[in-house]
Amino acid sequence: MKLLENSTYTVLKGNHAVSVGAKLARVEVISAYPITPQTTIVELLSEMVASGELRARFITVESEHSAMAGCIGASLAGARAFTATSAQGLALMHEMLHWAAGARAPIVMANVNRAMAPPWSIWTEQTDSLSQRDTGWMQIYNESNQEALDSVILAYKVAEQVRVPAMIVLDAFILSHTSEPVEVYPQEVVDAYLPPYENPNALNLEHPHAIGSLADPNVYMEFRYKLQKAHEEALRVFKEEGQRFKEYFGRAYDTLEAFYLDDADYVLVTAGSMTSTAKYTVAQLREKGEKVGILKIRLFRPFPFEDVRNALRGRKKVAVIDRNISFGHSGIFYSEIKSALYRDSGAPPVFGYIAGLGGRDVRPNDIVEIYEDLKQREEPAEPILWKGVRV
Amino acid sequence: MAMRLALKGLGNRVMATIPACCWTIIDGAWPNHALKIPLMHTAFETAAIAASGIRAALDVKGEEDVTVMAWAGDGGTFDIGLQALSGAAERNENIIYVTYDNEAYMNTGIQRSSATPYGAWTTTTPVKHPESRPKKNIMEIMAAHRIPYAATATIAFPDDFVRKFRKAKDIVGMRFFHILSPCPPGWKIPSDMSVKVARMAVETKVFPLYEIEDGERVTINYWPEGRPVRDYLMMQGRFKHLTDEQIEHIQQFVDHQWKRLVHLHELTHGSLPEEAQATLTSR
Repeated sequence: MKLLENSTYTVLKGNHAVSVGAKLARVEVISAYPITPQTTIVELLSEMVASGELRARFITVESEHSAMAGCIGASLAGARAFTATSAQGLALMHEMLHWAAGARAPIVMANVNRAMAPPWSIWTEQTDSLSQRDTGWMQIYNESNQEALDSVILAYKVAEQVRVPAMIVLDAFILSHTSEPVEVYPQEVVDAYLPPYENPNALNLEHPHAIGSLADPNVYMEFRYKLQKAHEEALRVFKEEGQRFKEYFGRAYDTLEAFYLDDADYVLVTAGSMTSTAKYTVAQLREKGEKVGILKIRLFRPFPFEDVRNALRGRKKVAVIDRNISFGHSGIFYSEIKSALYRDSGAPPVFGYIAGLGGRDVRPNDIVEIYEDLKQREEPAEPILWKGVRV
Repeated sequence: MAMRLALKGLGNRVMATIPACCWTIIDGAWPNHALKIPLMHTAFETAAIAASGIRAALDVKGEEDVTVMAWAGDGGTFDIGLQALSGAAERNENIIYVTYDNEAYMNTGIQRSSATPYGAWTTTTPVKHPESRPKKNIMEIMAAHRIPYAATATIAFPDDFVRKFRKAKDIVGMRFFHILSPCPPGWKIPSDMSVKVARMAVETKVFPLYEIEDGERVTINYWPEGRPVRDYLMMQGRFKHLTDEQIEHIQQFVDHQWKRLVHLHELTHGSLPEEAQATLTSR
């Protein structure tokens, strides 16, 4: 698109890329509470609001629980609402995450992955966001700062069509506080892609109605059915809008991303910034003739069952590398991938590796070792294969 | 009744939010809606911030003239909602927050809250161990935030009630109402006694009618002749078990609180009206 000639290329930290994405999306109400490592997202937005660069109200709430409740009020009163959080803050919001989805408020939130306490940690881990799996939010995992910026815009575009809230997720420090070159699009291109937020069900003085009232057993289930249908619709819209994104911004997005996947016998499944390390490693392994590729999970909810099946069918073996854990079970992506493959005739054996918890580095050498381990492993798969744990 | 009086004072350009409370039920189950204003139900502890969020959206859209009201019970205000309420008050959000206080968790079956008064029976403060602490003074807490307007009201004084809501409508910033709202089953009174009990709460100075402006200027709106608290307490089954000593204890507490209030009124206005003196001596 010609207008893109007016894009500016700048160096942005992941958090600031999110702020810029929110600004380009013309968010109207920001309701936020500080928490490391998210804070600089809303700090920059606060400056933008103060300077008039962004026409919005910024509510400096007293907790994350209120941050989300404020967004819900704003969204249901017809404003495009945004917030950001991490770990403990996201956990405190839990009740209101259900509320936002149940009330069909298309809020977009950035969650900077941070490990849950105790013991205290400020470093990256995906257990915080994945623990919110069943709240009814879309979840989009991001590998780079550009992707994080783009996901904010894309998330609003999808969320507002299906009226389901969306969480965009990025790793603490590895993305949030690391600078990368980012293309910042001209406002008019974003405006052309993302129209102003209209919610036909918003609070309305002319047609007063109640949102969220008591639903007895005769009607409650239908509300839930509709939310599930909205998620199914969101999957279709996400794929469609991800392609349309390219027409406007030159980049296409899908639910998954493939890297050296076409002829790969062995597949590493990753999400988030670890994918970049894996790509670097896989490129080297490819030079040595190893038939290995990567499947990156971008969209976790709604879960892209069909895409996952199509991507993994017929492979020799699959390793899912989880920077998260569901205690008493296994890595969360691991169990989700397996459920997608259940009874698929061409489903490969899947092995689950836990790595990088609490921000421990996952280095290229770790990826090589996981790959080597995968090649020699035989079924049945252990529930958890720990990588890099010192015991 | 309280809602009707409030909306009478505020007009029809009002949006409301209601957390978990009796009004979650009163407004009606989906798809019914008893009020003629838009309403957003919200989680128990979020009335003040949900209203702030609605306010922010309306401001951004240029609809500053719409009044936003949060309407919450005592549990949602004195207890679980206090944090968000304090936040909204401290930021001086341009909303009206109303607590209709029936002095316990009535919706869940009469459990004590921090608004339950000394001596009261509830299912979690049984007669053998009735409430041992005085009611939390929510008006002082709100005044401590130095909000522009805080007032008490009851359905027994409808003119005072509506006047205060009309007044509050034209004030910009955080406005707070503490409404004593008798609950017949929770207070163990017949339904047709609600207004009488509320009136007696005012007449015995248990629940004075007053306003606090900018957190400091106190105005007592009604000077009761002053009847013994026993008259109020004995109307209600929840206080039936009280001993003479306990009633005297409550009387002394009420007298002391009233003196403090009168003193603040005098401090604000420089003098007391004629009828004030009688209230300090008589019982």
